[in-house]
Amino acid sequence: MDPTDIARWQFAITTVYHFLFVPITIGLSAIIAGYEISWLRTRNPQWLRLTKFFGKLFLINFAIGVVTGIVQEFQFGMNWSDYSRFVGDIFGAPLAVEGLLAFFLESTFLGLWIFGWDRLPEKLHAACIALVHVGTLFSAYFILAANSWMQNPTGFGYNPDTGRAEMNDFAAVLFNKVQLVTFPHVVLSAYMTGAAFVVGVAFWQHRRAKADDDRSMYRKALRTGAAIVLVSGIGVVVSGDIQGKIMTEVQPMKMAAAEGLYETESPADFSILTIGTPDGKAEKFSIKVPQLLSYLGTGEWDGEVKGINDLREEYQETYGQDPGEKYYSPGDYTPVIPLTYWTFRLMMGLGALAAAAAIWILWATRRERVPGGRPIMWAAISLPFLPLFANSFGWIFTEVGRQPWAVFGLMTTEQSVSPGVSTAEVLTSLIVLTAVYGLLAVIEVRLLFTYIRKGADPLPEDDPAAGPGDDRPMAFAY
Amino acid sequence: MELTTVWFILIAVLWIGYFCLEGFDFGVGMLLPVLGKNDTDRRIMINTIGPVWDGNEVWLLVAGGATFAAFPEWYATLFSGFYLPLLLILVALIVRGLAFEYRAKRDDDRWRRGWDASIIVGSFVPALLWGVAFANILRGVPIDSEHEYVGGFFNLLNPYALLGGVTTLLLFLAHGAVFLALKTDGPIRQRAGALAVPLTTAAAVAAVGFLVWTQADTGTTGSAVAFIAAAAALVGGLFAAIGRREGWAFLGTFVAIALAVAGLFLALFPDVMPTSLSDGAGLTTTNAAATDYTLKIMTVVAVIFTPVVLAYQGWTYWVFRQRIAAHHIPPTAAPEQVSTAP
Ligand code: HDD
Ligand code: HEM
Ligand code: HEM
Repeated sequence: MDPTDIARWQFAITTVYHFLFVPITIGLSAIIAGYEISWLRTRNPQWLRLTKFFGKLFLINFAIGVVTGIVQEFQFGMNWSDYSRFVGDIFGAPLAVEGLLAFFLESTFLGLWIFGWDRLPEKLHAACIALVHVGTLFSAYFILAANSWMQNPTGFGYNPDTGRAEMNDFAAVLFNKVQLVTFPHVVLSAYMTGAAFVVGVAFWQHRRAKADDDRSMYRKALRTGAAIVLVSGIGVVVSGDIQGKIMTEVQPMKMAAAEGLYETESPADFSILTIGTPDGKAEKFSIKVPQLLSYLGTGEWDGEVKGINDLREEYQETYGQDPGEKYYSPGDYTPVIPLTYWTFRLMMGLGALAAAAAIWILWATRRERVPGGRPIMWAAISLPFLPLFANSFGWIFTEVGRQPWAVFGLMTTEQSVSPGVSTAEVLTSLIVLTAVYGLLAVIEVRLLFTYIRKGADPLPEDDPAAGPGDDRPMAFAY
Repeated sequence: MELTTVWFILIAVLWIGYFCLEGFDFGVGMLLPVLGKNDTDRRIMINTIGPVWDGNEVWLLVAGGATFAAFPEWYATLFSGFYLPLLLILVALIVRGLAFEYRAKRDDDRWRRGWDASIIVGSFVPALLWGVAFANILRGVPIDSEHEYVGGFFNLLNPYALLGGVTTLLLFLAHGAVFLALKTDGPIRQRAGALAVPLTTAAAVAAVGFLVWTQADTGTTGSAVAFIAAAAALVGGLFAAIGRREGWAFLGTFVAIALAVAGLFLALFPDVMPTSLSDGAGLTTTNAAATDYTLKIMTVVAVIFTPVVLAYQGWTYWVFRQRIAAHHIPPTAAPEQVSTAP
């Protein structure tokens, strides 16, 4: 293995890992802010208990999101220094703005929220968690703008003297058309994930609850949660549909790779699953939805979708013969087809399953019903994992489908890697980070389960949300 | 002023903010086994930085991001060059950050001991290595004509750099002790106040050695002024610590760290990463910089948002200005056992 392979594995592992915690942070911070605001408006203590209960789970998750993010910030310099040199003028700006606008906001106001229960006026306290959520949205916006620029570079010129891409229009970078659909797609899938987490936890507690008050509290959480899964799920499908068209326009090869479509077709069908030779060149069995691929790619049921073979020739004309010899035979611009094919389906499929489970749960809990039976219990408990993994698959699809490019049409992944870093160094960091991440995963999952099992605490006699007092023990102390 | 100079200054400011703020977090972490005689003591200590440590760490992230945007070559060469030390720092920051959040989440001694160790090691490693890294930047490292670092790991471990590491380590220890004396009440306040005196003395000795060496090698008039002022602030802080004037002592170590780092950047300017090779090409504020267009945009963003950030971070310190003592620490409400399944 050479440094490029290892650096790619490291990037894939650390980023996918970071993005397991990110959607929960984005989604859950919004939901908790909603709980606390509901408590202020209705004074129903159930909302306060939910705020505190899911607040604890949120913090357990948030901590790992933060520490894995630190690695992301420096990884571009460590493993991808030639990439950083080439694109720093453009890519660095959103990253720096993200830090200044988003990370300060998130971390400062979360500190105020955790420790401020008996120090801040109630409304201000609720505003803190709402600002944390705003921070996560800023964070998502700017980092996704950086990523969207890699998918569809705009607002720059290539400067032959410095040998790098240089920005000439910051607005074009921030309002890239890919970004404008990616942001809603990713944020809505994060809402889906956060809400699914709430449903899973609340459903399980709802079944166990002995006291009527507890039961009605978890019921509130699970029904609002399921409704959010459903509504944001619809938004995800709508935004994903628009993304499909933009993707076909800016990276036609990715759409062809999503279907494993070798020959241009009009209309093109969409296969739900295919069993065939792994490269998709010969097919043994397949379930097809007629003309769906045409619609997804072009917006018309009989639109033409270009196949890999034609696109390969087009790409050769546009970008030259040689995108890098290491992975790709000369002139080959095809990503790994089985990976793009299946991750695309898993993303959509798991999302659809999540929406279906949410509908089932809403139906089964209508009018004070407490559903029994194992199947619905399993549906609820597995619900959080469906959108969570759909997120991972969506990213793997997007990023693998862009290959061999790191910056589409400008710079290949192979050219991006740090020339001065040795195999031993990258391997060390891959092993160390993977081991640390693995250990953290075990610790965090066990801790989460403990707190989920413990359930929402009763409110203390001396209600800390009742007003400030300097000599009382601190609420939420470390 | 050239925009590249403006950004050099802004990045210096970000590092100054980082070292002045996370410096005392590191100090508190390293002093955990020394000043924390029992669990309540340790929880008092951790809670003094509880609401702020994450915000303090963001100064580092923004310094990193700003370097990427304003001086891409610097970002690329520095972090790919100092690869293994940076990896160590990252792992340290990971376990340390998690430890603050997780330590009190289970009522179990082994669990707490594990996280205590993470806090101690996780604070020690960066406190030492940031000094080593900055000293190496000043001293110059082997960078070839392609702007690649070609020095390997052991090149970074030279006497000057190690003295730099010891200096930041001791400065942060002193800064942490002074901070604890200011932010706690009861016996721990006394112990921290007493310990601050020898620690500040030791920090002053190391700092004078390191800064004089730096001044002799790469100093300018500006850096000399900053270094002398830093030493004066540190001595002032020491006397305040002896007299148990806690607020003044903290101001002393704070200003001393700020001026020392400012002096280091003054000594560095206009280089950002000089090379030690005769046929190499060092990085300067001009050859490592982004375009004027990018710098302009970044300047506008920084001018608008930095004051906002400073305002709300300052406000946080104001909200949590109260000293923390044993009676503020609630009994542990955490479950004892961690179960594997719900
Ligand atoms: C769509 C959202 C999204 C995406 C694609 C990424 N992140 Fe992230 N990141 C977040 C959304 C987020 C967040 C929701 O804002 C987090 C999660 C937990 C947290 O504290 O904030 C976060 C935390 C976080 C932190 C710690 C912030 C702190 O200390 O408060 C850093 C340094 C990064 N991220 C950097 C990155 C980089 C360099 C990425 C690209 C490779 C990246 N993130 C992908
Ligand atoms: C929005 C911020 C992101 C940026 C700036 C970004 C940037 C990059 C870069 C530079 C690479 C090239 C290195 C390589 O090929 O390995 C890459 C690859 C990759 N990224 Fe992303 N990424 C982002 C988000 C994500 C997320 C959130 C995930 C997953 C959850 C992800 C998953 C991957 C994977 C799996 C690869 C490997 C593809 C391959 O090498 O075949 N990325 N990304
Ligand atoms: C029918 C439903 C869906 C459609 C049509 C769809 C469509 C797409 C498309 C076309 C992309 C690639 C964009 C590009 O590379 O330019 C994408 C990426 C992605 N999808 Fe989906 N998607 C759907 C459902 C979901 C679900 C349910 C989730 C998660 C809960 C999800 C999460 C993601 C993520 C995280 C990415 C990567 C980031 C991005 O490029 O937006 N998607 N989706």
